[in-house]
Amino acid sequence: MIEAFEPNPDTKGDIILSARDLTKRFAGFVAVNGVNLDIERGSIHALIGPNGAGKTTCFNLLTKFLQPSSGTIHFNGRNITDLPSADIARLGVVRSFQISAVFPRMSVAENVRIALQRRRGDSFDFWRAQRVLSDFDDEALRRVDEVGLSEFSHVMAGDLSYGRKRALEIATTLALEPEMMLLDEPMAGMAQEDVTRISALIRTISANRTILMVEHNLSVVADLSDRITVLARGEVLAEGSYDEVSKHPGVVEAYIGASHE
Amino acid sequence: MSVETQVRSQAEALPVGTPRLHIIIFAVLLVLLLIAPFVLYPVFLMKVLCFALFASALNLLLGFGGLLSFGHAAFFGSASYITAYAAKDWGLSPELAILLGTAAAAALGLGIGALAIRRQGIYFAMVTLAFAQMVFFFAVQAPFTGGEDGIQAVPRGHMFGFIDLSSDLTLYFVVLVIVFGGLLGIYRIIHSPFGQVLKAIRDNEPRLISLGYKVQRYKLAVFVMSATLAGLAGATKALVFQLASLTDVYWTMSGEVVLMTLLGGMGTVFGPLVGAAALVTMENYFAGLGAWVTVLQGVIFVISVLLFREGIVGVIARLTKKSL
Ligand SMILES: Nc1ncnc2c1ncn2[C@@H]1O[C@H](COP(=O)(O)OP(=O)(O)O)[C@@H](O)[C@H]1O
Ligand SMILES: [Mg+2]
Repeated sequence: MIEAFEPNPDTKGDIILSARDLTKRFAGFVAVNGVNLDIERGSIHALIGPNGAGKTTCFNLLTKFLQPSSGTIHFNGRNITDLPSADIARLGVVRSFQISAVFPRMSVAENVRIALQRRRGDSFDFWRAQRVLSDFDDEALRRVDEVGLSEFSHVMAGDLSYGRKRALEIATTLALEPEMMLLDEPMAGMAQEDVTRISALIRTISANRTILMVEHNLSVVADLSDRITVLARGEVLAEGSYDEVSKHPGVVEAYIGASHE
Repeated sequence: MSVETQVRSQAEALPVGTPRLHIIIFAVLLVLLLIAPFVLYPVFLMKVLCFALFASALNLLLGFGGLLSFGHAAFFGSASYITAYAAKDWGLSPELAILLGTAAAAALGLGIGALAIRRQGIYFAMVTLAFAQMVFFFAVQAPFTGGEDGIQAVPRGHMFGFIDLSSDLTLYFVVLVIVFGGLLGIYRIIHSPFGQVLKAIRDNEPRLISLGYKVQRYKLAVFVMSATLAGLAGATKALVFQLASLTDVYWTMSGEVVLMTLLGGMGTVFGPLVGAAALVTMENYFAGLGAWVTVLQGVIFVISVLLFREGIVGVIARLTKKSL
């Protein structure tokens, strides 16, 4: 089926992910209302906005953790609106969660390895010793090291500090080498030194992939993102570079207005 | 970090092979169980063994897959009925009767599991309970189950045609082989690539979906495995007591096996064995108290939930910092 698919005229280049008229209603309340998004391939795109603006809901819609009330989603030109979450992940769109998502009763290294294990395809082989997974051990430990957690590789993920859980989440996501990563507040609750390291990591990994990121730390957003979409009350308020967006009168008002609520 | 500590922490981070401690525990357990029938009543021991397997089967689903079934009596009981009927009315040999009962539990597990896994959390538990109640009512109504009397005087027969099971001691060693085999099988499942996925589902299902895993298939697979092993326990039990009865499919049986697992420590390897041994011993010891046994079980349940949620083995594992 070929649908009307008009890229936003403002964006140049190759669009990897695009949403049209994305809407989500919860029992009479509209959390996301007619949102259009075009994410350019290879870019770091930030989604910002006050609390309750609908950013996390957008992520849930794009990865089908929630069913959109209406609207369509295309990834690499393919309509993925009706695909289940696991299939979207298999196509190469992998998300993180706002509330840190680790496997608490597995070690840090095992957390990463469970992502690597996906490369075997399905793992229904209940009769094999888990020794067969040791092929992934070196890479798992390397990924753990990459986010600065090597001295914690044997620690149960549930025992990590909040900031370290976030770092582990990124390592786990990265292990899939996804074409596109959706990061929901990856640096919330992190100490400054971790913010610096994870920022640098995000920049490094963005070299050959696309990143859509929700982030409240505006200096990180200014530093990292190529393009920013501002969401308020479920609708797109502004879109552009950091300079364009930060001068937008509605954006200033939305942020100040929200802090008074 | 020195090379040595690095190697050690890597081994802890991603363990390969079976921990020495587990091998030792299994070996000691086996030796004790080989001596036990010469010291304790074989029938009592066989009951403990059957329930140890039943509780371990539930633990595979609950402690490793994170799915609480409140209807496992359906698998235990239907296997028990089918085995009893096949051995008595069709005159099947004991190994075939057990196989048939177990296969029936597997098929039932596939049907109930496929419907139950569509629900989450407490709703999952309620769906399993509802189906188990249907199986119970079926057992009450169906002509071949013997109603209130059940199927009695089930012949134990000759295993493979030449092992006479009429002696309690002989049967004990057959039951030991079946149950120990089942326990080792569960141990392997837990420590396989599949088991690794199970633990991840238990820990954080949405996250695992976001990594591209189709979790429903894994849930169904573990449900069927758990039902099959529960069936194996029920089928074996039917031969031990030469009886299949409504008690085996009643909801209290489902509750009891959950209690055994919680008391021993869900999500541990050895907890269900301890829980089963503790509750079966208590039932036998206090059999004279009649209905008060149920009250006592209730009290134990409340205490274990309030005071030590991790269960007996869970607490020991925490204090000794060992995975048990
Ligand atoms: N499952 C849900 N049911 C009902 N309301 C929801 C649900 N999820 C989110 N909301 C509401 O939708 C709005 C947007 O939430 P969210 O997307 O989490 O905002 P943000 O991530 O921008 O802070 C909030 O008002 C929130 O209460
Ligand atoms: Mg949010």
